[in-house]
Amino acid sequence: MTTAPSNRLFTKSEAIGFVILAVIVFAILPLALDTFRLNLFGKYLTYAFVAVGLVLCWGAGGILSLGQGVFFGLGGYCMAMYLKLEASTPENTSIQSTPGIPDFMDWNQLTALPWWWEPFHSFSFTLFAVIAVPVVFSFIIGVAMFRRRVGGVYFAIITQAVAAILTILIIGQQGFTGGVNGITDLRTLKGWDIRTDSAKEILYFVNGIMLFACLLTAQFIRKSKLGRLLIAMRDQEDRVRFSGYDVANFKIFVFCIGAAFAAIGGAMFTLQVGFMSPSFVGIVPSIEMVIFCAVGGRLSILGAVYGALLVNWAKTTFSESFPELWLLGLGALFIAVVMAFPDGLAGVYTDKIAPRIRKLLKRGPPALPAANAQETAAE
Amino acid sequence: MTIHNPNFVLMVEDLTVSFDGFKAVNDLSFYVEPNECRVIIGPNGAGKTTVLDLICGRTKATSGSVNFKGQELLKMREDQIVHAGVGRKFQTPSVYEDLTVFENLELSYPQGHGVFGALFFQRDDPVKTRIQEIAETIFLEDHLSEKAAYLSHGQKQWLEIGMLLIQDPELLMLDEPVAGMSVAERKKTAELLNRIINDRSVIVIEHDMGFVADIATRVTVLHQGKTLSEGSMERVQNDPKVIEVYLGH
Repeated sequence: MTTAPSNRLFTKSEAIGFVILAVIVFAILPLALDTFRLNLFGKYLTYAFVAVGLVLCWGAGGILSLGQGVFFGLGGYCMAMYLKLEASTPENTSIQSTPGIPDFMDWNQLTALPWWWEPFHSFSFTLFAVIAVPVVFSFIIGVAMFRRRVGGVYFAIITQAVAAILTILIIGQQGFTGGVNGITDLRTLKGWDIRTDSAKEILYFVNGIMLFACLLTAQFIRKSKLGRLLIAMRDQEDRVRFSGYDVANFKIFVFCIGAAFAAIGGAMFTLQVGFMSPSFVGIVPSIEMVIFCAVGGRLSILGAVYGALLVNWAKTTFSESFPELWLLGLGALFIAVVMAFPDGLAGVYTDKIAPRIRKLLKRGPPALPAANAQETAAE
Repeated sequence: MTIHNPNFVLMVEDLTVSFDGFKAVNDLSFYVEPNECRVIIGPNGAGKTTVLDLICGRTKATSGSVNFKGQELLKMREDQIVHAGVGRKFQTPSVYEDLTVFENLELSYPQGHGVFGALFFQRDDPVKTRIQEIAETIFLEDHLSEKAAYLSHGQKQWLEIGMLLIQDPELLMLDEPVAGMSVAERKKTAELLNRIINDRSVIVIEHDMGFVADIATRVTVLHQGKTLSEGSMERVQNDPKVIEVYLGH
C-alpha cells in the first residue's frame, strides 16, 4: 500500500521544528538572558499555552473563543489560592484581627476562611483543581453552546461575555477573591521560596517542560483522526454530521483541551510572576491571546509559541518606551496579520522562507516537488 | 407510529413539514422496497430535497412518520440515523477540501466515531485495503494522496459517493449526482451507480430523464410537496398529469 499518506507523529520538518524550539527554550534563552529577563520570557511562554490551545480550537476546529483568559485565570487563581494560604500562616498574619486567613479577607472584615477555600490547603488537590476547575467550566459552556449548535460569531461573543462576567464577579467579591488587586504577596511553595533567582530559573524550566508536554499532546491530536475531523468540521460540518459523527462532542472535547492548556499556563504564570489578578481574565487579555495565536499562525502549533513570544516581547519593549502607543500598535499588528498574512508567521515561513532554504540546501535541482514526494512516499 | 412491514426498507407515511405555514412537503407517503432504486423527479420547489432532508434528520418534520427497518427516524439524531444505515449525498459536492482523497475516505470509514475512538484510531490494513477498494470503484485510485480541493467537479461528486459507499449503507440517498457533469462523466457515473445500487436501496433525485430511465426501478413525481404520480418510468412518462406540470415544458 504505497498510496496511503504519511501518518507518523512527526514529518521530518516538524521534528526539526520541535528540536529548534527546544534548543531556543532550553538552551539559548537561559544562556543569553539574566534571571530577570529569563523570568519575563517564562511569563511570555505561559501565554504560549493558551495560544497552542487556540490553534486546536480555532485554527483546526474553527471555534473562535474570545474568552480563553477565563481558563488562564481559573488555573492561575487555583494556584494562587494555594500559595496564598501557605503564605498566610498565623505567624505571618499575626497583626490581623483574624490571624491565619489571607490578608485581603481580613481587610474585608471576613473572620473565617470560606469553605471553598479549605481544600486549597492541599497541594495535590490544587494541582487537580488547576486542571479540573477550568475543564469542568469549559465542559459546561461547551455542552450548553455546542449541543444547541451555537457557533461562529455567536460563540465568540458569548465567550467574551463569560470573560466579562467572571472579571466582574472576581472584582465584586473582593473579600473572597482579593478583588481588583488580585491575590498578591505569594511566597513559598511547600516551604520553597519561589521569589529567589534560583527558584525562578527552576520554574522557567518546569514551565518549558510543561509547554512541551502540551505541544506534544497538541501534535498528537493534530495527527490523529480526531485532528483531521476537526479540519473536516471546520469546512463541511454537515458532511461530518451525516458521516455518523456527533459533531458537538468533538467541539466540546477540543474546547476542553484548549481550556486545560490555558489553565496550566495560568498556574505557571502565578508561580513565576508571583500574583494573579482579574487583569489576566477579562476581555482585553483574552483578545490579546487570540492575537498571539493569529500572529504566530493559527494553523501552526509551533507558530503559536513564537507568536506569543514575539508579541509579548514587543509589548514589553515598546510599552517601556511608548506606553500610550502600544495598544494602537497591537491593533495595527492584528489588522496587518489579518489583511496581509492570514496564516501568520508560520504562513510566511512555509510560503516564503522554507522554499528558499530548500533551494539553498539542494542547490540546483528543483527542490520543492522532490522534497514533497519524498515526504509522502516515505511511509 | 406505523407498524414495520418487512416488504419495505423505508416507509414514509403522511410526512408533512411546514415552514411558517408553507407546506414544503404535504402529507407525503411512499414505500421503498429492498434493492429498489427509486428516483424522485419533479419541478423546482416540489420538495424533493426537503424529503431527503426529512429522512436523514437535517430538517425536523411537523408530522408524519419515517420508518426505516422498524426504527422511527424522526425521533433520532442525524448521526444515529447514519448508524442505522442511511447515507446521504448532498446536492453540491460536500468533500473536505483541505484533506486528501485518502483522508476524506478514511473519515467516512465506519469506525472510531466517538471522541476517543477518533483520537486513538489506527490506520490499519483493513482500513487501507477498504479505502483502496472504494477508490478503485469511484475511479480515484490514482488521486489518493491529492487534496480534494484539486479534484474536478465530477471527481468531487464521485468522492462523496465513495464516502457514502465506505459506510456501506442499506439506504443510499443521492441528490442530483450527475448535476454539472460532462457527458463522459455522466456515463461513467451511471455505470458507477448501476454497480453500487445492486445490493441496497437507493433514492435518487435527478432531472436528467435519460439518466433516470437508465437507473430507475420506480419513479415518484413530486409536485407541490405531494405525490403526483408513481410507477415505472414508462407509466410516469405517459401520465397526462405529469406531462402537464413537468415533462411538457
